[in-house]
Amino acid sequence: MIYREAGQFKTTYASDQAIFPIVQDRVVVALGVLAVFVLPTRFANEYWLQAILIPFLIYALAALGLNLLTGYAGQLSLGTGGFMAVGAYAAFKLSTAFPSLSIVIVFLLSGLIAALVGVVFGIPSLRIKGFYLAVATLAAQFFLIWLFNKVAWFVNYAPSGTITAPSRTVLGVTVTGPTASAAARYVLALVFVAVFALIAKNLVRGRIGRSWMAIRDRDIAAEIIGVRPLRTKLLAFAISSFYCGIAGAELVFLYLGSAETLAFDIGLSFLVLFMVIIGGLGSVLGSFLGAAFIVLVPIFLTNAPHVMGLSLPVAFQKQLELMVFGGLIIFFLIVEPHGLARLWQITKEKLRLWPFPH
Amino acid sequence: MTARTIVVAALTLLVAAGPLLAPARAQDKSVFIPLLVYRTGPYAPNGIPSANGFNDYFNLVNERDGGVNGVKIAWEECETQYDTKQGVECYERLKAKSPVLVNPFSTGITYQLIPKAPQDKVVIHSAGYGMTASADGRWFPWVFNVPMTYWSQASAFVKYVGQQEGGLEKLKGKKIVHVFHNSPYGKEANPTLEELAKKYGFELTLLAVDHPGQEQKSTWLQVRRINPSWIYISGWGVMNQVAVKEAAAIGFAMDHVVGNWWTGTESDVVPAGEGAKGYKSMTFHAPGHGFKVHQDILKYVYEKGKGATKKEAVGEVLYNRTLINAMLDVEAIRTAMTKFGNKPMTGEQVRWGMENLNVTEKRLDELGMKGMTRPLKVTCENHEGNGLALVQQWDGKQWKIVSDWIEPMRDVVRPKLEEAAVVEGKKLSYEMRDCAKEK
Repeated sequence: MIYREAGQFKTTYASDQAIFPIVQDRVVVALGVLAVFVLPTRFANEYWLQAILIPFLIYALAALGLNLLTGYAGQLSLGTGGFMAVGAYAAFKLSTAFPSLSIVIVFLLSGLIAALVGVVFGIPSLRIKGFYLAVATLAAQFFLIWLFNKVAWFVNYAPSGTITAPSRTVLGVTVTGPTASAAARYVLALVFVAVFALIAKNLVRGRIGRSWMAIRDRDIAAEIIGVRPLRTKLLAFAISSFYCGIAGAELVFLYLGSAETLAFDIGLSFLVLFMVIIGGLGSVLGSFLGAAFIVLVPIFLTNAPHVMGLSLPVAFQKQLELMVFGGLIIFFLIVEPHGLARLWQITKEKLRLWPFPH
Repeated sequence: MTARTIVVAALTLLVAAGPLLAPARAQDKSVFIPLLVYRTGPYAPNGIPSANGFNDYFNLVNERDGGVNGVKIAWEECETQYDTKQGVECYERLKAKSPVLVNPFSTGITYQLIPKAPQDKVVIHSAGYGMTASADGRWFPWVFNVPMTYWSQASAFVKYVGQQEGGLEKLKGKKIVHVFHNSPYGKEANPTLEELAKKYGFELTLLAVDHPGQEQKSTWLQVRRINPSWIYISGWGVMNQVAVKEAAAIGFAMDHVVGNWWTGTESDVVPAGEGAKGYKSMTFHAPGHGFKVHQDILKYVYEKGKGATKKEAVGEVLYNRTLINAMLDVEAIRTAMTKFGNKPMTGEQVRWGMENLNVTEKRLDELGMKGMTRPLKVTCENHEGNGLALVQQWDGKQWKIVSDWIEPMRDVVRPKLEEAAVVEGKKLSYEMRDCAKEK
């Protein structure tokens, strides 16, 4: 009734190709973007910003990167943690070597370095596919972490092997380092996510995204119609690693403050992969939903007994949390194998008919 | 608008307001100490006794003495699984209850919390772990490593080896292997060992074991090839039992294998069975349950059914260690009260208390810990105190102290520590404070 496109005529190609062709969508998204910029900085307390919203944004960016590679280009990767580590260590080296360089440029440059490394480890994808490619990218994960552990130059010879985010400002506001307010870090992370989500959305709707999907759906057919596998696959690796690299840099600079290689271990690669699978392969929205699910549900489960006034032993509570979390993952995969993004799509279709279904 | 809608709306509002009400609890007459524990995951074998020690000591203070000068200690556990991200989440959540002091119980989490401490006004007490450089109180006013740092410990280990070999000059040409957990924690001792290797001419080999340390075959193959005179282990969690088992399996003389003080509790040696006999580890307190404080705990806490564990587990090495850790926390609060009065303290006040902490022999006797550990004194410059180390040995049934109190090589450690403090302090854009002006 309310949510339908009847009467909205598209008279130009531009309006036909808009990301959100329906007026209602545009209004909701515009209000949503405004809300996420304004509301949390005004009303959320530090716990919400620091422990929930900032990690959510960072993981969403990483999931977005992996989704481009795995969901759109069909190249299964387990190297996300490694590529994020490249971004983090590159950002650390750049920002300590060139203290006057703007942190935004540092993030972008470290994304580029991660992209280069991604291309190198993407080369095997020309010969091997599927699970075998996953194993090859696993090598990237282990090699990169080993490298950062082994070579003290990457951590500026700190005896503990940790990298610490130095204090840096953007437009006069401190955004990294111990004195940066959670709100400032949140806004910076949000700007990055918003800009790169927009870029990703447009990438996948255009020529590049279509060639990725062609390769994903049947690479031989794609090759015959003129999609060059080498360029397409390597581009997917490069762009995906670029996103992951920036997410890795943000993980250290905006969220943790200081980190060691353990923060980027294989567990992180799996976590991001789960976000993509649960959220929905081949969906930009899915990356956000998946990240929200993985970040929010454990925190909700830890806090739920407190809110209900139950005081359970912490060990029992943790086991319970893991069980419920595992159960929920299985539940969603059974109920909706195409991910949470598909659920939203179904809801949208239902909304168009509401309140008069056939 | 039916009655039902109103009830549902009211309930929703109540639930929504629930989290907002929670932090108010800290306002009553108590001091809040968050406990970051790990009772699950690969580090649980060490995390469980440690967490129990804290619980029992705080319970003892509340039950026996009615709190610290009438101010009760409030605490809450939060499960971190020894994971830094979960640890930070825990800290941020419990910060709402205005804590005065935190024991992160993980070097990785300590590194995360150090930059937050001055802003949040929360004292960080990393007792025998954490960032060694933070022991320079001029650069890190909020962080305390009482009773000792990793570097002091490593130097005490080398001193002990020297004693066993018949003099530090005999170390020349000897081979020592350091098997360490590949994390900031495990790496802490390396600079000191390297420095001492240069000074005394022993050959040092550093062998890293990756988290969680369940697989160490290749490491110990290397150890066998090197055939060192002494092995020093910096492990934690499941890595410890595996390391002890592997050392026994390659037939190494167990009395030449020395763990640091996080690599020597009951759960680390029991799985290796007979093979672990003779294994040594560093410590800074006596093992066992034969002290008055244990009797008090059994009487005031366990007989009331408030104990955190089984009676038999009272007196395990890590349990005793956290008793001492908790005692130092409580004494710091008590010291703060001598200046600021008997009321709930703030973080800043407890910081002053920690910095002026002086646990004398007489005080230890009053606390029922005479002989369990040594008197300690903290100053503005020196945040690790004047702790001494011991070596204990597993005889197949229990841990026994086998050395005298060992003075760390402070002449070697302190200058290095001050150098590192400048580097680490500058990273956080701190400025060195003048301790002469503090009094």
